[in-house]
Amino acid sequence: MADVALRNVTKRFRSVTAIDGLTLDIADGELTVLVGPTGAGKTTALRIVAGLEKPDQGEVWIDGRNAADLEPAARDVTFVFQQYSLYPHLSVFDNLAFPLRSPARRVAEPEIRKRVEEVASLLRIAHKLANKSTQLSGGEMQRVAIGRALVRKPSVYLMDEPLSSLDAKLRGDLRVELKRIQQDLGATILYVTHDQIEAMTMANRIGVIDKGRLIQVGSPRQIYEDPVTLYVAQRFGQPQINVLPAGLLPNGALPPGAVTVGARTEHLDLRKDGGGEALVEWVEHLGDQNHLHVRLGAHRITTLTPPDTPFKSGDRVAVGLTKPLYFDARGLRVRSA
Amino acid sequence: MSQALTTAHSVVAPSVLSKRIAGAIVILYALVSMIPLAWILMTGFKTPPDSIAYPPKIVFAPSLEGYCNLFTTRTRQTQEYIQSLGPPQTICDEITRKRDMVIAGPSNYVPRFWNSLVIAFGSTFCAVSLGVLSAYAFSRFRIPLADDLLFFILSTRMMPPIAVAIPIYLMYRKLGLSDTALGMILLYTAVNVSLAVWLLKGFIDEIPREYEEAAMIDGYTRLHAFFKVVLPQAATGIAATAIFCLIFAWNEYAFAVLLTSGEAQTAPPFIPTIIGEGGMDWPAVGAGTTLFLVPLLVFTVLLRKHLLRGITFGAVRK
Repeated sequence: MADVALRNVTKRFRSVTAIDGLTLDIADGELTVLVGPTGAGKTTALRIVAGLEKPDQGEVWIDGRNAADLEPAARDVTFVFQQYSLYPHLSVFDNLAFPLRSPARRVAEPEIRKRVEEVASLLRIAHKLANKSTQLSGGEMQRVAIGRALVRKPSVYLMDEPLSSLDAKLRGDLRVELKRIQQDLGATILYVTHDQIEAMTMANRIGVIDKGRLIQVGSPRQIYEDPVTLYVAQRFGQPQINVLPAGLLPNGALPPGAVTVGARTEHLDLRKDGGGEALVEWVEHLGDQNHLHVRLGAHRITTLTPPDTPFKSGDRVAVGLTKPLYFDARGLRVRSA
Repeated sequence: MSQALTTAHSVVAPSVLSKRIAGAIVILYALVSMIPLAWILMTGFKTPPDSIAYPPKIVFAPSLEGYCNLFTTRTRQTQEYIQSLGPPQTICDEITRKRDMVIAGPSNYVPRFWNSLVIAFGSTFCAVSLGVLSAYAFSRFRIPLADDLLFFILSTRMMPPIAVAIPIYLMYRKLGLSDTALGMILLYTAVNVSLAVWLLKGFIDEIPREYEEAAMIDGYTRLHAFFKVVLPQAATGIAATAIFCLIFAWNEYAFAVLLTSGEAQTAPPFIPTIIGEGGMDWPAVGAGTTLFLVPLLVFTVLLRKHLLRGITFGAVRK
């Protein structure tokens, strides 16, 4: 296991700046998740750590060594790709054994067999070892891909949306499994996703990235409760944070510079009130909870209510705020004094 | 959906009638294109008089005379001399003696056929090997002016190869490559390599580069990854390309006539020169052509699974 550090890394592709001055530390044994939309530069960051791309500026340190001149094979990292990572012409066993048979390693066959079987049972694919890799379901394929990273026992695992091509149920299962394996092994993982639930549930720390810039790094709780920008606030929380003009709802004195208010369910205070200024438009029943859609003048507010909610569509309600988040005109967080 | 909407573009399964009509057209086309082949096959088993009979004989007594004549040279002898020989050793002896001739020795067919094998397979191997390496480079690396280079490579196919025959002839004479197998292999490789690069680039472009990247992170060099990961997955494309190259090199006539006359002569210029007594020996030509088809047929049948998938250029992978 090892730690990883990116120091002011910049990468351009022709005129596009994929990564802009990225500095990030990943501690030994920590699972760090990079979250951002498509094209934010998450994958480029991973590829730079792997050595598949050379940064235009900045440095990558792996286990205390500057990796600038290290070939991908010499970095002792593994990469789990979003898809395509299994060799269709090899069996599951040979796919798992592939990294161990590399010229850089040349592990003896009995040892290979032992390690492959170990990993296969860990990932519950032991009964599929003789299969062709094309005869697997999507979930099994992705488990083999993760297994191929595990057999190596590398210092650092790099994972590029490894679960995003799976259906929701499998994604949930593998998410838990992956986190369990990470904790058992004490693995250092840099994990890229655009899925906020994966980020929140798996990460020790989350890095939010947008347009090549790292906007905030922190524990899932910090990121959720204390976002530094409106952008970060909008990426986390279900339903998405409600963005309203500051002063629309009465909430005492506004911090100086505050232009917008971000209000999640926990910041909203709804009361049935015949004279209330807001109108419940409809109630979405999700089973374990309800989404309540409320119209307030020209603005819409979405919030969570328990399944036995007293609200129904057509109700007039009064809306109050409790310690909401304030943002200035550029979307930066403004803290109340 | 109403019946009227099931037009020619409909995804509804075709009716039995339209399937039958389509089938009949395909069979008809196949039969028409096989007539020349069938005629060649038949001619090979005719006797020389039958082969030039008018009206042409569809029904005839099969004979191996064509095959005997293909593999041998014969001399005319007197009846007394033939009778003085012992009993005929082979069926060819027997057939030949009936025409008042004896076998003088083997013909050049076997060495010419061997030349064809060496030159066609040799040049195919070279063209595909060079092609797959350059296609990989074009596909994976940022090469300055890559598009122009690719166009330039293709442009060598834009004129008939025979247009450069005379310069090549003169060049080959100077270089001592005239009438050598090496010269022909180089020439066919040069003609085929552009086709190989273009075909193979398409196939390699389709192989996601994540495969090699994964291998390279897993401790393989790029070269290792190329052999372990890219080549096996490009097998379909390589097989299809090899067949196209082989067909060209195997059937090439114009350069072969011009540049090979003796030692390195291939079968295509040799076969039409098989002359019997009193004109072309059509049964021998038919026999030679029939046998000439065999290697290509075997090669294509062996690779047909790849070929079918290859010609559709990955449109129906998996």
